[in-house]
Amino acid sequence: MAPLLQMSGIRKEYPGVVALQDVGFELRSGEVHCLLGENGAGKSTLMKILSGAIRRDAGRIMIDGVDAVVDTPADAQRHGIGMIYQDFKLVPELSVAENIFLGNEPTQGRLPLIDYSLMHERSREVIAMLGESIPTAAQVRGLSIAQRQIVEIAKALSKKVRVLAMDEPTAPLTEHEMKNLFKVIRRLKEEGVGIIYISHRLEEIFEIGDRITVLRDGTFVHSCLVAEADKRSLVRWMVGRELEQEYPKIPLDRGGELLRIEHLNAGMLKDINLTLYQGEILGLAGLVGAGRTELARVLFGADPRESGRVTLGGKEIAPRSPREAIDAGIGLLTEDRNAYGLIMQMSVRENITLSNLKEVASGPFLSRSAESAVAERFTSELRIKTPGIEQQVEHLSGGNRQKVVLARWLFTKSSLLIFDEPTAGIDVGVKFEIYQLINRLAQEGVGVIVISSDLPELLGVSDRVAVMCEGRLTGILSRQEATQERVMLLASGETALEGFRG
Amino acid sequence: MPVLKTMRFGIWLALLLEVLLLTILTSSFGGSSGFESTFLNWSNLSQVIRALSFIAIMGVGQAVVIITGGIDLSVGSVLGLSGVVTAVLLNANVGTPAAVLAGVVVGLFGGILNGLVITRAKLPPFIVTLGMMSIARGLAFAITGGETIRSLPPGFLLIGQGEILGLPIPILAMALLAATVGFLLRSTPWGRYTYAIGGNEEAALLSGVSVHRVKIAVYALCGLAAGIAGVLFTSRFGVGQSTAGLGYELDVVAAAVIGGVSLTGGRGTILGVIIGSLLMGILRNGLVLLDVSAYWQQVAIGLVIVLAVILDRRTTSS
Ligand SMILES: Nc1ncnc2c1ncn2[C@@H]1O[C@H](COP(=O)(O)OP(=O)(O)OP(=O)(O)O)[C@@H](O)[C@H]1O
Ligand SMILES: [Mg+2]
Repeated sequence: MAPLLQMSGIRKEYPGVVALQDVGFELRSGEVHCLLGENGAGKSTLMKILSGAIRRDAGRIMIDGVDAVVDTPADAQRHGIGMIYQDFKLVPELSVAENIFLGNEPTQGRLPLIDYSLMHERSREVIAMLGESIPTAAQVRGLSIAQRQIVEIAKALSKKVRVLAMDEPTAPLTEHEMKNLFKVIRRLKEEGVGIIYISHRLEEIFEIGDRITVLRDGTFVHSCLVAEADKRSLVRWMVGRELEQEYPKIPLDRGGELLRIEHLNAGMLKDINLTLYQGEILGLAGLVGAGRTELARVLFGADPRESGRVTLGGKEIAPRSPREAIDAGIGLLTEDRNAYGLIMQMSVRENITLSNLKEVASGPFLSRSAESAVAERFTSELRIKTPGIEQQVEHLSGGNRQKVVLARWLFTKSSLLIFDEPTAGIDVGVKFEIYQLINRLAQEGVGVIVISSDLPELLGVSDRVAVMCEGRLTGILSRQEATQERVMLLASGETALEGFRG
Repeated sequence: MPVLKTMRFGIWLALLLEVLLLTILTSSFGGSSGFESTFLNWSNLSQVIRALSFIAIMGVGQAVVIITGGIDLSVGSVLGLSGVVTAVLLNANVGTPAAVLAGVVVGLFGGILNGLVITRAKLPPFIVTLGMMSIARGLAFAITGGETIRSLPPGFLLIGQGEILGLPIPILAMALLAATVGFLLRSTPWGRYTYAIGGNEEAALLSGVSVHRVKIAVYALCGLAAGIAGVLFTSRFGVGQSTAGLGYELDVVAAAVIGGVSLTGGRGTILGVIIGSLLMGILRNGLVLLDVSAYWQQVAIGLVIVLAVILDRRTTSS
């Protein structure tokens, strides 16, 4: 029997980059086929070609063994190809339900009027299928990134599809939401849907995947059953070399007190007390909506605080804007790089220097050469894959965009750096580099707060783990005490069991 | 933004086509069909550019506003108000320098007010500047009672009518302003922030850009440019009229957009705006030279605006 989907000889070229070169790929009905590769390997490009979002330069797409024309998203939809994009394609002004059924609105009988009650009902159903409850009338603008991801997934699920491509669907999600998604995936498999799954979290591949295909630098490297692979070999195929250990933790003696938060109240945050030391890496754990991002934003002056005292290096600070926070020595790498991090039409150079232009200015004027030198240094240090520092970040792959924002904050030379999901969408090789980089910052005496929904990662990099639940700090665990179970318990609000440790 | 990267050749092409067409049309039929003058001669050209310099000066301010993702609809009215204030003060014998300064400050003040309301009250620029458009025009009428203010001192008239080194002063003012603002945009943190805000305001804020301050400066600059244009305009025509600059906001916005400034923000150059203004100004002049009726002139201008932008987008996307 012919496979459900076959792509062969796919080629796509951009000015200065060959994104894909003679790539082939096969998907059977009822299987989860994982697409792996480093940042910029060409995974998203291949998926966008499949969904008709971009045109290929060469190659064939066959469905049920027959050549198929997939030149536009409408073509793809006709062939039953669904897609969850890596960069959201939601309309922020519209409601959850309107987004889910955008271009696909249920109508009232024969009249061309939208049947809103049906639309909301069906939206609730799909969201419930994912084990979530997001008000379907809410504007997407106000949702958290995890909730938006759920809506994006619901949108793809609301359509009858035979092929469903998911480009890093779990990047902003925690374990809990991931499990629900996997339940849905298993059900779709039983219905015979073919699923293409992209993720940089390798554990997920072993849990949900049936087969893998690995790309590197736009070319095909390897394809086999998941059962035939282990983590080491995956990494080797992706990166082209071995990585010795996953979390290169360097134990450090912590320095003096750097940050002290006392009785902080703001919005959903209730009475937060926390101390961070120089050279310490503090992990912030919690479920989606626990208030971790909120805490980061308040410290950074992006959201107002109601009461409480914060000192940094012994000096009381109360930043009313990110500018004041940056000047006080705080940096925040925001969780949603596309919405809150990057200026898309600006170049790599301009994005890297944006928060610290005074460093690259002589007098009141920007020095182009100083700026370029900084950008060149970071692109090579972080191995940002781009044809040059003048490339618009819009044209970079997801992971490379993340590196650009990371470079921006490294360049601010802050004494406290808050990383909100620093490795979202980052490949294993680079994750390793980022962990090393965080270690290096700590060695230099910088205090680092890491927020991550990837719990093993959080436990792997942190000296201490603070756990939040519904706006409260429910516990602080040392590296030795912090196990997945204990953290999860605290994250679900079981304070009584653990007690409070300062 | 490097100049070369964002320089669009479509707009140059449109300009070149226009100049060529007018040169051929006016010179080949010039003698026989009795057109008043040919297009391509020094006196006509300097007249054309002087006429469009007011639009171009305001266009420079407008471009910066549009780059931040905003718009300023009040520039035409502010030009009128600043001109009237200057004229009234001149007739009150405060002296030319004081009157000129007052006219410019009126523009600056109007701009700052726009910026403050937009940032503090968090209102859309379209609405705020629409309000300012009505307020400034109303004030201009109230001040003059609708009368035209005449007999302005000759010393003042020199500003708009005089020349330095053979170049009309309004043209020099335009060149100076454009060069300065173009430089500031390219080479200062403020300029970079302007583009960043237009590209992604939220991200700019979280990157440490003082969004409010930059925006207020941007609207202030736009008002200032309108003030300067108001003074020059009054001097050029020798009268203070409350209707001066009526409807100019559309020409100014059109010049900026033709020149490649993106209405969604984040993109555009000052050079582009100047060329956009040239394109529009030369077209008006050409239509007059060719003796096209006023009604058909409007039709032609509308067509050219749309065609120029189409040509521009076509050549940049390829
Ligand atoms: N519109 C574009 N213009 C120019 N280059 C592009 C464009 N889109 C993608 N590229 C380049 O093509 C290559 C492949 O990008 P792609 O987004 O497919 O990578 P990816 O495998 O999805 O990476 P990631 O894991 O980071 O999401 C990258 O080098 C990227 O810079
Ligand atoms: Mg991708």
